[in-house]
Amino acid sequence: MPPDLALRASGVSKAFQLPQERVHTLKERVLHPTRGRTYERLQALGDATFDIPRGEFFGIVGRNGSGKSTLMKCLAGVYRADGGEIYARGRIAPFIELGVGFNPELTARDNVMINAVMLGLTRQQALERYDDIIAFAELEEFQDLVLKNYSSGMQVRLAFAVMVHVDADILLIDEVLAVGDAAFQQKCHDALNAAREAGRTILLVTHDMDQVERFCDRAMLLDHGTMVAIGPAREVARKYMQLNFASPEDVETVPELPAGTVGDGTATIVDAWYQDAIGTRSGALPQGESCALVMRVQFDAPAEKPAFGFTLRDDSRRRVLSVTSEWDETQAADYEAGDLVDVWVSFDNWFTPGRYFLSAHVTRPGGNGDALAMREDVSSMIVTGARSGGGVVDVPHAFGHRLAARAGERIGT
Amino acid sequence: MTDPAAVAHDEAYRIEGPAPTLSEPRRVWQLARVLAATDWKVRFFGSALGYVWSLLRPLLLFGILYLVFSEIVGLGDEVVAYPIQLLSAMMLYFFFSEVTGGALTSLVDRQSLVRKIGFPRMVVPLSVGMIGVLNLALNALVLVVFVALQQVEPRWTWLLVPIPVALVALFALGAGLMLSALYVRFRDVRPVWDVATQALFYATPILYPAERIIDESQTLASLAMVNPLAALIQTTRHWLLGPGVPSAVETAGSWGFLLIPAAIFVAVIAGGFWLFERTAPVAAEQL
Repeated sequence: MPPDLALRASGVSKAFQLPQERVHTLKERVLHPTRGRTYERLQALGDATFDIPRGEFFGIVGRNGSGKSTLMKCLAGVYRADGGEIYARGRIAPFIELGVGFNPELTARDNVMINAVMLGLTRQQALERYDDIIAFAELEEFQDLVLKNYSSGMQVRLAFAVMVHVDADILLIDEVLAVGDAAFQQKCHDALNAAREAGRTILLVTHDMDQVERFCDRAMLLDHGTMVAIGPAREVARKYMQLNFASPEDVETVPELPAGTVGDGTATIVDAWYQDAIGTRSGALPQGESCALVMRVQFDAPAEKPAFGFTLRDDSRRRVLSVTSEWDETQAADYEAGDLVDVWVSFDNWFTPGRYFLSAHVTRPGGNGDALAMREDVSSMIVTGARSGGGVVDVPHAFGHRLAARAGERIGT
Repeated sequence: MTDPAAVAHDEAYRIEGPAPTLSEPRRVWQLARVLAATDWKVRFFGSALGYVWSLLRPLLLFGILYLVFSEIVGLGDEVVAYPIQLLSAMMLYFFFSEVTGGALTSLVDRQSLVRKIGFPRMVVPLSVGMIGVLNLALNALVLVVFVALQQVEPRWTWLLVPIPVALVALFALGAGLMLSALYVRFRDVRPVWDVATQALFYATPILYPAERIIDESQTLASLAMVNPLAALIQTTRHWLLGPGVPSAVETAGSWGFLLIPAAIFVAVIAGGFWLFERTAPVAAEQL
């Protein structure tokens, strides 16, 4: 394996034999020697081939049952792959199915010791790091409590804390960041960023495309056990959205733009566009002038005070603007089936020159409300302007200068 | 096969699924020790006397059996040091049944670990064996007290006693590996083994001394020695108490006959390791 690679998988496949009637007893075996031999073969993973360079943050996405966890378990050495070869360089710490294998009958202290040793620390090292682990999980008060009395969020915190403290070179993380409160999620993000800075290789299984775009260098999309895409995180994330919401027969044939409307059928985003200062629809907006983002929504069912939101992403998929009418109660209204409504948000355009993609969504009110309708990358616009400093926004600014001392006039010279 | 958690930070290696055993015995030892230590703790969690129970329980059982079979039934009459014979045999038998019974469910009991981490699977039954050995060592202290109380004459063959004891441990591990591998697929191995260990208790000269069966019938005595556990227990008693107690050879009738338990002994251990080797790597998906 080349020295710059952390993981190499070539042609990895894994199938499970699912007996139609699971034979669990000797009696059944004896009485029905042929029954239970009719296995249904489930090809959970087929021909996965990929290389992951050292230090890469790699995302694995796919719908439920697409083979993500099977792949992770093969990489972690929990399953033996049926075919293909996996090579790795350095220590691997798995975090699979929301945990590292805790025993609910043991205290947090005992579980941490067992798992830290299982994941490669010596007993001595595990003892030394125990305090750090508990502190990271913020569970100091509960460390002698039997784990079955922990909430699931607390267990995940503890498991994640163990995993990031065992000095592994490769972290296999299956769906962790979805659990835990916002503060702990931020802590997880920080820990992952720190691990990445330290040159660790991280594989992250997730359903959250924002995470993929935010963290991952590259990503892979699995569907029915097959790799359908591998490449830059942004492209893979987009393919996933298409696969998930459009459910096409073949992902490859789906046009890049525009992505279809998704939602629960309450509303449809008919269109969304940009307007310039005088209210004309436009695809090119001069920097520094007033502009507006507009969406036209058709309601197919009554909706109570829905919230309207716009998201602008730049060329590198960074979210540069994300606004919602949720907090503006003067704009809240109820709609009947059949209503057609235009919603806009206006602002002074101080974005840096470049291309921007507009997404629109309508949600039920209240926090992370369910999407009534959502449309990704409905239209794009170009912000025109002569100057670009390279930042995301060019807020109005003014330079100033003052000569503090003329050469040769400084005191002491 | 390589354990992905135990490699050096720059080592390249192939991942082939969970290893049943490991090339690194130190790591297996360490993992088994940590598991055994926590199991030991859990076992006595919430009990006031704690590990004193692991002394008290066999002692009380011994007291009952001794009272019934020596004082009431009279099995111990005209037999050399019947209490020592009974106690030593009981200790070894309980050790065997504890280790095999514990190993049997061990992979299933530890499934939270087995399903998530690719550590060497042998660690799990091995940790059960460790606890068994620890218990056995504690019980041995009781035996020492009884040997002193009974004023048994010291003899050089005491030095040999660890040999049959170690062989019993090996036998228990082999059987335990086999049972744990089977239990992953067939859950009724457990009640079957419960009954089998009960049968083994009465089929093995524990309550009744070997002298009694020889008096009854030589064929019966030979048959009893077919069981490797019985042959090893008899050897332990013989070396503990001297020529007054028949050795396994004397009980079986001839050296040649002992080839049968020897063959069973080897077959169980080899079969146990072989089966475990085959089953352990796929245990995670069958649990």
